[in-house]
Amino acid sequence: MEMTLTYLIGIITFAIGAFGVLIRKNAIVMFICIELMLNGANIIFMGVSKFKGLIEGQVIVLFIMAVAAAEAAIGMAIITAFYRRRGGVEVDKADLMRW
Amino acid sequence: MQKLVLGVVFIPLLGAAINGLFCWKTRRKAHWIAVPAIAIPAVLAFMILLRVMKGERFDHVLYWWIALGGLKIPVGFLVDELSAMMMSMVTFIATWIHIYSIGYMDHEDDISYARYFTYLNLFVFFMLILVAANNYLLMFVGWEGVGLCSYLLIGYWYEKISAANAGMKAFITNRIGDFGFTIALFLIYKHLGSLIFHDVFALAHELSVPLATLITLLLFMGATGKSAQIPLYVWLPDAMEGPTPVSSLIHAATMVTAGVYMIARSHALFNVAPFTMEVVAVVGAATAMFAASMALVNNDLKRVLAFSTVSQLGYMFVGVGVGAYAAGIFHLFTHAFFKGLMFLCAGSVMHALHGELDMQKMGGLINKMKITGITFIIGALAIAGVPPLAGFWSKDSILHHAFVSGHKVVWFIGTVTAGMTAFYMFRLIFLTFFGEPRDKHLYEHAHENPPVMTIPLIVLAVGSVLAGLLALAPNGGFEGFINRIMRTAHEMVTHGAEHAGGHESGLALIIISVAVAVMGIFLAYSMYIKRVPDPVTMAQRFRPIYLVLYNRYWVDELYFALFINPTVGISRHVLWKIVDVLIIDGIVNGVAGLCSLIGSVVRRIQTGYIPDYAWLVIIGVVIVCGLKILL
Repeated sequence: MEMTLTYLIGIITFAIGAFGVLIRKNAIVMFICIELMLNGANIIFMGVSKFKGLIEGQVIVLFIMAVAAAEAAIGMAIITAFYRRRGGVEVDKADLMRW
Repeated sequence: MQKLVLGVVFIPLLGAAINGLFCWKTRRKAHWIAVPAIAIPAVLAFMILLRVMKGERFDHVLYWWIALGGLKIPVGFLVDELSAMMMSMVTFIATWIHIYSIGYMDHEDDISYARYFTYLNLFVFFMLILVAANNYLLMFVGWEGVGLCSYLLIGYWYEKISAANAGMKAFITNRIGDFGFTIALFLIYKHLGSLIFHDVFALAHELSVPLATLITLLLFMGATGKSAQIPLYVWLPDAMEGPTPVSSLIHAATMVTAGVYMIARSHALFNVAPFTMEVVAVVGAATAMFAASMALVNNDLKRVLAFSTVSQLGYMFVGVGVGAYAAGIFHLFTHAFFKGLMFLCAGSVMHALHGELDMQKMGGLINKMKITGITFIIGALAIAGVPPLAGFWSKDSILHHAFVSGHKVVWFIGTVTAGMTAFYMFRLIFLTFFGEPRDKHLYEHAHENPPVMTIPLIVLAVGSVLAGLLALAPNGGFEGFINRIMRTAHEMVTHGAEHAGGHESGLALIIISVAVAVMGIFLAYSMYIKRVPDPVTMAQRFRPIYLVLYNRYWVDELYFALFINPTVGISRHVLWKIVDVLIIDGIVNGVAGLCSLIGSVVRRIQTGYIPDYAWLVIIGVVIVCGLKILL
């Protein structure tokens, strides 16, 4: 029961994040949603680590957090630069890389 | 012995490497590296020769170059009487020509100067590989290497279109001969299982006569290319576009004699194929006469000498063709001295006259250029066969062997050619060095060259006088020395000589050929000094013959019409316009066009909007995970 609940919370968090990325146009919101997805994955890793008695899960969570921190720093920098050039953070303003 | 051989062969390569890699450093001082890089091997080669004279020999594999199943090709060197003599001769002549080049090339700019000496050293290296190799493939490496250096040096002044073309002509003509040479090597390997001289010659008698004939004919084809015999001689007169010391070293003394050396080296194979021997002798005699006839009327100083070289090479082939390998090699040896000398003299004249080559504009130069003139006359007397100079001994030896082995026609052609040789050589001398100067302006500016150029002339002139006297050395002289490795062939010839009456006829033959030579000289004297008969009226009276000779029998034009123009035409209209443009380019462009066609459709998927990509990622993940769960 406890195990299922933990997994369920992780899956729901991940799904909310994924849904947010798909439907929102605001880059910052999308960015927050990506963080949600990462944390959903983190919860599942922690659950597996706890209930299966595997230490690797916790190791990977630490990795993910470190990577997420780095990603946040770069991502925010990109979004700031983008805002300055385009006067907004809506992702459909980024359309140069098309055919 | 091994150290000596390695030193002789590889020191020139070292010299070429230093000058080639550091030419921007060596520049004007290139000769301080290039000359010792040849002079030291010359000393070492002489030491080898002394040891070989005592009976020492050397046949040693350095390492196995190619070892594939049954095919085993070593890098190894063979030093016996023949190769030791060749090594000494090549390095000796090359040393003096290198020294001469210091003076001759002094107008070149710095980098070209270093480039020249690089090529020259590299040439000597390949030539030594050629003569010292102990197997056919390594010999072929040297064979191709000298061809390469010849190409580079003929086209040395590559800004001049005629020089670049002459280089290409030499290279391509040699390719035709090399085609035969390589096929011969394949056949030898297929039927004898080895390319090492020692094995091939030991097994040579097991070849059937038709097969041996085929192999030797193909080898001879290679020799006609390299040694400028009919039908592949055409490149040599054009090769005179190169610097004159190059003509002297490569196109008179050493490289062009490689064919003769190769046949003498392969004598065990040629002895099995009497038919090929006849072909060699006949082609040699025909070339000797043919080339000499073209030299009679040519006005270009160097081209006369080039035709003379072709003609003398013909003599050498007559020598090896009648089985007198040693006589052919002896003529090769003496010819290297006097022809090398005459080319250097011609270069000296050119240098003094700022590149003028037309004999009609010269005359009277002996007053200005004593050393050049006198050494040139010595060379001409030597080639004409006036005793006791070098050419007399070797040429008469060849003619003698031709006569006593029953080749009366070949002997007759050779003797007539000897007269022609004397005539055109002295025509050249009388036009260049005697009589009234025909171009006063050129004459005024003529001057003798510095000692760096005249000393090599004097050395080679002394060689031209004395080299022939080696025939009188004990134990059969020069030919006896060479014949130590050709016992069987030698016996064949001596046997024939006894059969034909031997030495009584010898003296008569000598008198005939000397008389012919002297007649040639006197005819040249009366025509070009006394003007009786006047050469101009002679040319008028025999105008058709004169035109044929003057235009060199239109052989070049014939080759152009028969081979070159069709090849160029086919290349241009079929190979280029159809095969290359339509088929090859068509395939390449077609593949590219197909890709861009597919791309133009598929690229629509790249919308550039992040949400679209996100959707695609999610859909992809769902599909992959779904498949994983379902299956």
